[in-house]
Amino acid sequence: MVDIPYEGIAGTPPAEVPDVELYHPRSWWTRYVFSQDAKVIAIQYSLTASAIGLVALVLSWLMRLQLGFPGTFSFIDANQYLQFITMHGMIMVIYLLTALFLGGFGNYLIPLMVGARDMVFPYVNMLSYWVYLLAVLVLASTFFVPGGPTGAGWTLYPPQAILSGTPGQDWGIILMMSSLILFIIGFTMGGLNYVVTVLQARTRGMTLMRLPLTVWGIFTATVMALLAFPALFVASVMLLLDRLLGTSFFMPSLVEMGQLSKYGGGSPLLFQHLFWFFGHPEVYIVALPAFGIVSDLISTHARKNIFGYRMMVWAIVAIGALSFIVWAHHMYVSGMFPQFGYFFATTTLIIAIPTAIKVYNWVLTLWRGDIHLRVPMLFALGFIITFVNGGLTGLFLGNVVVDVPLSDTMFVVAHFHMVMGVAPIMVVLGAIYHWYPKVTGRMYNDALGKFHFWVTFLGAYLIFFPMHYLGLLGVPRRYFELGDTSFIPSSAHSLNAFISVVALTVGFSQMVFLFNLAWSLFKGEASGGNPWRATTLEWQTPETPPGHGNWGKELPVVYRWAYDYSVPGAAEDFIPQNQPPHATQLIQGAAS
Amino acid sequence: MAVALILLLVAIGSVLFHIYSPWWWTPIATNWAYIDHTINITFWITGFVFVAVIAFMAYCVFRFHHKEGRRADYNPENKKLEWWLSVGTGIGVAAMLAPGLVVWHQFVTVPADATEVEVMGQQWQWSFRLPGKDGRLGTSDVRNIASENPMGLNRDDPHAQDDVVIENGDLHLQLGKPVKVLLRSVDVLHDFYVPEFRAKMDMVPGMVTYFWITPIRTGTFDVLCAELCGAAHYQMRAKVIVDEEREYHAWLEQQKTFAGLPPASTVVKATYQSGGK
Repeated sequence: MVDIPYEGIAGTPPAEVPDVELYHPRSWWTRYVFSQDAKVIAIQYSLTASAIGLVALVLSWLMRLQLGFPGTFSFIDANQYLQFITMHGMIMVIYLLTALFLGGFGNYLIPLMVGARDMVFPYVNMLSYWVYLLAVLVLASTFFVPGGPTGAGWTLYPPQAILSGTPGQDWGIILMMSSLILFIIGFTMGGLNYVVTVLQARTRGMTLMRLPLTVWGIFTATVMALLAFPALFVASVMLLLDRLLGTSFFMPSLVEMGQLSKYGGGSPLLFQHLFWFFGHPEVYIVALPAFGIVSDLISTHARKNIFGYRMMVWAIVAIGALSFIVWAHHMYVSGMFPQFGYFFATTTLIIAIPTAIKVYNWVLTLWRGDIHLRVPMLFALGFIITFVNGGLTGLFLGNVVVDVPLSDTMFVVAHFHMVMGVAPIMVVLGAIYHWYPKVTGRMYNDALGKFHFWVTFLGAYLIFFPMHYLGLLGVPRRYFELGDTSFIPSSAHSLNAFISVVALTVGFSQMVFLFNLAWSLFKGEASGGNPWRATTLEWQTPETPPGHGNWGKELPVVYRWAYDYSVPGAAEDFIPQNQPPHATQLIQGAAS
Repeated sequence: MAVALILLLVAIGSVLFHIYSPWWWTPIATNWAYIDHTINITFWITGFVFVAVIAFMAYCVFRFHHKEGRRADYNPENKKLEWWLSVGTGIGVAAMLAPGLVVWHQFVTVPADATEVEVMGQQWQWSFRLPGKDGRLGTSDVRNIASENPMGLNRDDPHAQDDVVIENGDLHLQLGKPVKVLLRSVDVLHDFYVPEFRAKMDMVPGMVTYFWITPIRTGTFDVLCAELCGAAHYQMRAKVIVDEEREYHAWLEQQKTFAGLPPASTVVKATYQSGGK
């Protein structure tokens, strides 16, 4: 992989791109607000996602207060509790994680990492953000409408979601569906951009197998999202019609509050199939960018090439493909055709193999590395632990018969928080620390960063690891209070109180993180263009933060893969992707 | 090296927590100990992998953390190692999946001698129905539901007349007799959930779902709803009592049949508590 000379590839853009190809902002408004620069759009996406994410964080505090200390807080009633869990889940999965990984990291990193000046459709890219913002505002508005937000659970299962026994049945559910439809429209505009940019706008020499794994992760996740979100789109439209026009796509003959309703002939299970046909790929839409990014964090900070790059790429693609045929493992106890269990359990457990390969390759990258335990690396290690833990409990829930006693208990809550909550957020936080110097030109405060890591990692583990055992005991999820239940001992209530205290602590420690980011923006040390001595293109920009158009006059030319760390014979322990073969300084006396 | 030590302690602490946790599954009350065994196999395999991966990682951090003059190895791939790890993982996965599928086969194969009982969910209460002397449950339809016919039984169906209808009461099951639990809902999704039974299944309006169990010990067990069903989901409770044969029949004798229900009994008006509007 070392020093492969660049050979011309037909169809790659010329090194020097004429000025006219880029839209140049003419005013403050078009530079910072209605900007078509992917980097500005990335920051807009990230800030919006973080803002609504903070709402979800506060909601989690409220629900933990109720779970830990039932009956203590008179301002939380059963309806509100359901509204909190619903909004918390929906915000975290879709409006925070999906938007942040794809709209945030995708926008910032894809053009820089593939050596493009910008996304290929900058105007559509800008629209994508504004539609996303509208979706977020519609979602947030449900807190202020009569009846409040929907309390149907983030899965929004009908018939419950649109009937009167569920909070938010008036406005909340209608606006939720509308917001999801808007989100998908906005995402599709952005997603097409990410895919086409990766396929069409890579700089000369940047073959697919030289792409950093970050790009592979985001790219594959985006392809998946473009295929999966339409299922949610369709389900949302149909549910909206059932609610507003009285159609019966998902509604059989049923009794509503003692009266026979006007509905008839629909299938509640159809919604579940559509929802999870989206919902399971969605798990990997969040996970694959995290897989990609964490690979690059580990490689960079261990000063070692990622182990088994080709296997890593194929594992990402295989996971992406397989994730479309496992959805019904969320429905083992839904009442669906029982024979489905064999198929979906088998496919689900097969996914463990490429996923395990990724884990092995991460830890094997550490083997004989030169591990710098900087904040991004700590978060990467925290990711591995939480992801392995959450991934392994997935083998319980994926194995159809084991899922029967555990489904709908706190075991499920603990599992998915560990694997698609805590683990991806470890990567998000690590990635923010990692690229903060590139985005701002300044270094974060290291001591605050380490404090933030330890409180977040150990705290999150203390919250979710013991929670599995509540589920094993049989404690159901989505319960406003457990009340007097013979099989739940008082010690389980004490554990709930403990979890709540830790959750509040971890929540507040995020303020340290936000303070660190804000403070370092003004007071942080200047970082220079490539503080981690990394190989990938985004660290080789002529300006830091990168200017409009990213590359100055000439696009970079790529000569090697993204992981030339500690190459034998080379004087430096990294060789940037755009460094020509003859420019590599060798250790004195070593043969080339 | 503090970081390596903490990582290792996370793994060790997790194992110790697992061993000494006071929170463990409830004593089983049905034939589904197979499920518990499968969970145990899964715990052993996943626990081993968890400890091995974290310990290896902690060792790497301990052994290879940055020091002046250290330089990383350069080894892009190792086909043989990657191949062996994949095969080993495949074997581990198969060792969990195979027993799982065997037990699933048992789970979905109802024995021929199983008697039927019906559980009906509605916001937010449970109703139960047992076949009468004819041993068959009558047909039902949500459109038949009325104040004097809370479970929507078909008045013209002779099999329905002697069905035992239990509203706002407890369900009794007979020890050692396999029973197919038919599940039905008249409004939204519910899930008939008794932790000691291990089995559970959603109840879906418009469908009849089921699971089967053989109770293996007597006792009184809490019934919970495990599928979110609206504002009072958490209050949707009942009890199941597993009796010896004699007590079971004594209880059954006292129950009312559908034909014997008073014409306008207390009814199906769902208790709507602290509702959504």
